[in-house]
Amino acid sequence: MPDDDTAYGDTAYDDTAYLDNAATTPVRPEALDAMLPFLTRDFGNPSGSHRVARRAKQAIEEAREIVAAALGVLPSEVVFTAGGTEADNLAVLGWAARGRALCSAVEHHAVLHAVEAVGGAVVPVDGTGRVRLDALDAALGDDVGLVSVMLANNEVGTIQPLAEVVDLVRRRAPKALVHTDAVQAFPWLDVASLAAGADLVAVSAHKFGGPKGIGALAVRGGVALHPIVLGGGQEAGRRSGTHDVAGIAGMAAAVVATEATRAATVALIAARRDRLVAGLVALGAVETVPPEMKVAGNAHVRFPGVETEALLVRLDEEGVCASAGSACASGALEPSHVLAAMGIPSEGSVRFSLGWATTDADIDRALAAVPRALAMRSGW
Amino acid sequence: MRVLVAMSGGVDSSVAASLLLDRHEVVGATMKLWGGVSDSGCCSVADVEDARRVAQQLGITHHVFNFTADFDERVVVPYVEAHAAGRTPNPCIECNRHIKFDRFMVRAAQLGFDAVATGHHARVVRRGDAFALRRAVDPAKDQSYVLSMLGQRQLAHLLLPVGEMTKDDVRAEASRLGLRTASKPDSQDVCFIRRGGREVFLGDRIPLHPGRLVDTAGNLVGEVPAVELVTVGQRRGLPGGARARRYALDVDVDTRTVVVGAEDELAVPAITLTDVTWAGGPLADGTEVDVQTSAHGRPQPAVWVAGSLRGALRRVAPGQTVALYRGDEVVGAGLAA
Repeated sequence: MPDDDTAYGDTAYDDTAYLDNAATTPVRPEALDAMLPFLTRDFGNPSGSHRVARRAKQAIEEAREIVAAALGVLPSEVVFTAGGTEADNLAVLGWAARGRALCSAVEHHAVLHAVEAVGGAVVPVDGTGRVRLDALDAALGDDVGLVSVMLANNEVGTIQPLAEVVDLVRRRAPKALVHTDAVQAFPWLDVASLAAGADLVAVSAHKFGGPKGIGALAVRGGVALHPIVLGGGQEAGRRSGTHDVAGIAGMAAAVVATEATRAATVALIAARRDRLVAGLVALGAVETVPPEMKVAGNAHVRFPGVETEALLVRLDEEGVCASAGSACASGALEPSHVLAAMGIPSEGSVRFSLGWATTDADIDRALAAVPRALAMRSGW
Repeated sequence: MRVLVAMSGGVDSSVAASLLLDRHEVVGATMKLWGGVSDSGCCSVADVEDARRVAQQLGITHHVFNFTADFDERVVVPYVEAHAAGRTPNPCIECNRHIKFDRFMVRAAQLGFDAVATGHHARVVRRGDAFALRRAVDPAKDQSYVLSMLGQRQLAHLLLPVGEMTKDDVRAEASRLGLRTASKPDSQDVCFIRRGGREVFLGDRIPLHPGRLVDTAGNLVGEVPAVELVTVGQRRGLPGGARARRYALDVDVDTRTVVVGAEDELAVPAITLTDVTWAGGPLADGTEVDVQTSAHGRPQPAVWVAGSLRGALRRVAPGQTVALYRGDEVVGAGLAA
């Protein structure tokens, strides 16, 4: 658990406060250690039958048990994917033939664009980003096949009332599956318990100290999803393609490390987050969602009258890595669909996001840099 | 100085950035201007990637600024409205006026830069406390016309490093540096107009009306499919005349009428300008100038008198930019009334 400046280890940037952990986190040392054998000696293809293959296959099955326990499902219910986007896509596209798809208006594009692609509908949220249950109620019906509501939001951090969503869906659309994108929730929340009612749960390793390019979809109760990647029939035919053995091993190690330290990390990081937000509010910022409604790592604020794009460049120059909204393919900031859905102006919005490696020194650096970044002249 | 280079992803701005490295602290930025589909020009993801890669190769920081909302409001909407009103807008000049040399410059100032640089082929020269805009060394690539609306406020903070080079030299320098933009073709046409052309773009946004072609005596001589797309001075695209080539002399979208005539009927004794800007200060009445009415048009001599240009001039479509030169120096610009 991080408690000083050395938390990043070899990955540290001495001159940088990395506060973009909702985008990605540094790889935990445990994860790196777990990966290296499968990038070196134990390089085998787990689909084979000889001794080299068996080593790799064993690593995958050990990892599957760890991930399954963390998500509250059986090992046979875990499908490894190439990250959170693919897991979300598999959930939505793999079930789309069974009925109309619904999702909240603040879903990650991995869900939102998939739901739009199958002609689904979007359910509005309230001013805090929570899905409106009355609107969901109105949208539900026998024709609905899938309802996707994320556990925690990537931009503003809002935790959704997933249990209430599940209850409502069971009553109003008994044939529908519930999918939850738990990508942002996993570092901070007990996903196994909070998503216990969901049929499908997506996670991504690099959001909690694992490597990029590996994720999983929990598929509860023998639901037969239509695969979206076809080929050699790996993952019981649900996701073809040679396994990313190192990635899977790294993900499992990151799961273990996250679960072992989660309660303490949440308390520590929430305190650091609260100190950061208090400092930002003193500089004129408005906190977008109150802390009790969101995950511990999220510090989304708005500086009214300030241009987000310029502020992010100045923060970068001052050594503070933050972000806002989502970037389009060109790397340009796009107007946030999340804030728009919440009815909140995007002007001056900045997401600082803390992670397992965030230190007090990062907060100090950010709080020292923000006033300098805000001091912009208006022209020549 | 700290210089922010507007990098379009083309070869000129790539080399412009490289030329500044020796003497300045350089950062690159690419403007995302058009949110819609594009298959030409300066707003595609591939162009941003090229700009970013060149910045990496030069070892400079690169940013992307999303100015799509400003571009839509200040360039695209006025472009569409001008066509609907039968005027001939120049969106590249309006983009320079409102986006590249206003929005982008303000952003550069906000971020603490001392100057902005672009890859335009023209030259900024200092004369005492004042700055002047001159034509590029390479006459075939001179872009001073599209910068002719710049005033002292912009010129004082503008560097145009490739204006001293021929295009061949620019490409050779890009090749020498191993930049991936070295052999990229020059951008053509309006960046937000796709291959379908103006007709499709405008047809999606405003009603286009068939127009009557009449001669100067008022006799009906033909028809055009969209009067909003006809530009004064245009010959191509008009139904051919029986004896002589026909030019559009006047366009009236209200009555959906285009008056056509022979080339010599385009001659006018004066052109009145609106929205006049001066590079330095206003010209005294009676000053002799050279007048350029398109990006690579041939300059015509004229005399500036009370908001008008007098001389043996060729008619200019309303809305077109008219650039005023003395020698190879821009002295001002305005829009044809």
